Amino acid sequence: MKYLVWSLVLLLVFLHQGFWQWGERWNEAPLVLGFLPLSLVYHAGISLAAAGVWMLALRFCWPDDLEVGEETAGADGERR
Amino acid sequence: MTQLGIIVAYLALLLVLGVVASRLSRGTSRDYMLASHSIGPVLLLMSLFGTTMTAFALVGSTGQAFRAGVGVYGMLASASGIIHSACFFLIGVKLWAIGRRCGHMTQIQFFRDRLQSDAVGLLLFPILVLLVVSYLLLGVVASGAVVSSVTAGAFESQGWFAGYDHGVPPQVASAVVCIVVMIYVFLGGMRGTAWANAFQTCVFMVLGVLTFVTIANGLGGTDSFFENLKIATSGVSEAKLSMPKSGPAIFFSFLLIPLSVAMFPHVFQHWLTARSAKAFRLPIVVHPIFIMIVWLPCVLIGVWASSPAAGLAADIPLNDVLAAMVQQFAGPVLAGLLTAGILAAIMSSLDSQFLCLGTMFTEDIVAHYGFKDRLDDRRTIQLARLFVVSMVVLTYVLSLLLPGAVFHLGLWSFSGFTGLFPLVFAAIYWRRLTAAGAMASIVVTVCSWLTLFARSRWGENKRYGFPEEALSESIGIPTMLPVVTIFVASSVALIVVSLLTRPPSEETLERYFPGKS
Repeated sequence: MKYLVWSLVLLLVFLHQGFWQWGERWNEAPLVLGFLPLSLVYHAGISLAAAGVWMLALRFCWPDDLEVGEETAGADGERR
Repeated sequence: MTQLGIIVAYLALLLVLGVVASRLSRGTSRDYMLASHSIGPVLLLMSLFGTTMTAFALVGSTGQAFRAGVGVYGMLASASGIIHSACFFLIGVKLWAIGRRCGHMTQIQFFRDRLQSDAVGLLLFPILVLLVVSYLLLGVVASGAVVSSVTAGAFESQGWFAGYDHGVPPQVASAVVCIVVMIYVFLGGMRGTAWANAFQTCVFMVLGVLTFVTIANGLGGTDSFFENLKIATSGVSEAKLSMPKSGPAIFFSFLLIPLSVAMFPHVFQHWLTARSAKAFRLPIVVHPIFIMIVWLPCVLIGVWASSPAAGLAADIPLNDVLAAMVQQFAGPVLAGLLTAGILAAIMSSLDSQFLCLGTMFTEDIVAHYGFKDRLDDRRTIQLARLFVVSMVVLTYVLSLLLPGAVFHLGLWSFSGFTGLFPLVFAAIYWRRLTAAGAMASIVVTVCSWLTLFARSRWGENKRYGFPEEALSESIGIPTMLPVVTIFVASSVALIVVSLLTRPPSEETLERYFPGKS
């Protein structure tokens, strides 16, 4: 599952960079809801998708070794 | 004059917040600098978001959308949604765990300890301070521009400040904002800063949405908000509603800019305030959505400002676009409130940056070199404040000498921080990183940054990219933002020099990579 989540992150980056956004058809598309350019809607969608992918990352990729840090940390810490 | 009164009242409110936070302080330097690691998920989300959303996000994005169109959202906002959260997850959580285990309060303490080298700390300190100063410059320049633009005409009857349309001169406004932020940071420390950040984040998000609605209704002029949105966009040229003409190579370069967040010293300090690792979960998920809530309206306001209906001059300074739209379409009371919202975004970054400068000086210089044994906590904090004041004065003087568009100033500042990203990433995930490799990476970052900045005539050429045109054609690599060159050069130096030098000791590796020897 970890690999799937990190693949989704890479997919997000790929979609973010998508070459198709520079195509004429894309930029001449009618405004969404009459006021939003398609490229803006697309990237707003990427923002929302990012939140979803990070939620999956927390569920399946949260590091196991953090508890060590939480347990050993004193109230005021101590520098070595 | 009404706008000015509201702005002054808002600044006074922040001072009260600082006083309240100072009463709750535990009186120790750790409480002053890290709020005794007591910050929970909601406050961490708000303070991290407030800290990363700067003048660059509001004033810069609106100005850049006015000039280049809606593509600025994809260049930075959606990219930041992916990359910032990745940095919080992959870098922030790890650094929090290591910092709590080893007692670090600053990045330099982490690098010194991880690489067992004082020289790394000495090299990194002035570079981080100068990069933070360059970042501070954005807030100082933007706060002056916004207040000056919105208060235009306030002193007309007195005949004062005719050279600034009878508004508050930007130099005066910047100075007042710096002084207010310094006072509440000095009074409240990290606890006050976190509260002020959370409060100001709420203020600028709520007022940001209000600004958007007000300007849309002002441009549309009908009773239907939805119709007004359509009318506002209908006057915008097709070029401003399309992806930028600069093309995919430049667009790709922007993806590296948000990596800078991993090396911001003030963000590191906020990470360490977290009560537990779990406190990071909310910021990691919600940060991209918050970015969208702030950037989407700003970008739309920027492109609407370019339509003839907005009535703005085509050569208006980019830093003035947002304030000019607010001034034009909101009444005096609302304009005052909306300006307070813009200032809130700017100040919620300035405060963390001021505090981190003080912490770095206290911990990395005063404490590390043994002066702390001779000083009590109170004297240490006084010394930190003196250092902060001197850095703010330096920033202020620079803002008078180098006023420029916030967006482009920001890109240069962030490029420097991004050049240091390979260092922090390798320090956490690559056992083979050596002190010499780290120093090579830092030196190469500084040299490449300075060289490219000089080649751009110190930022005057806003379209500067590398490889430059002639070289780009001969080697077949498209021109990209300077950040790509800086990042690649820094990474190569780090890897090559680390592999050529002696690996770190087993004892150090066991401490930083437990159970993986």
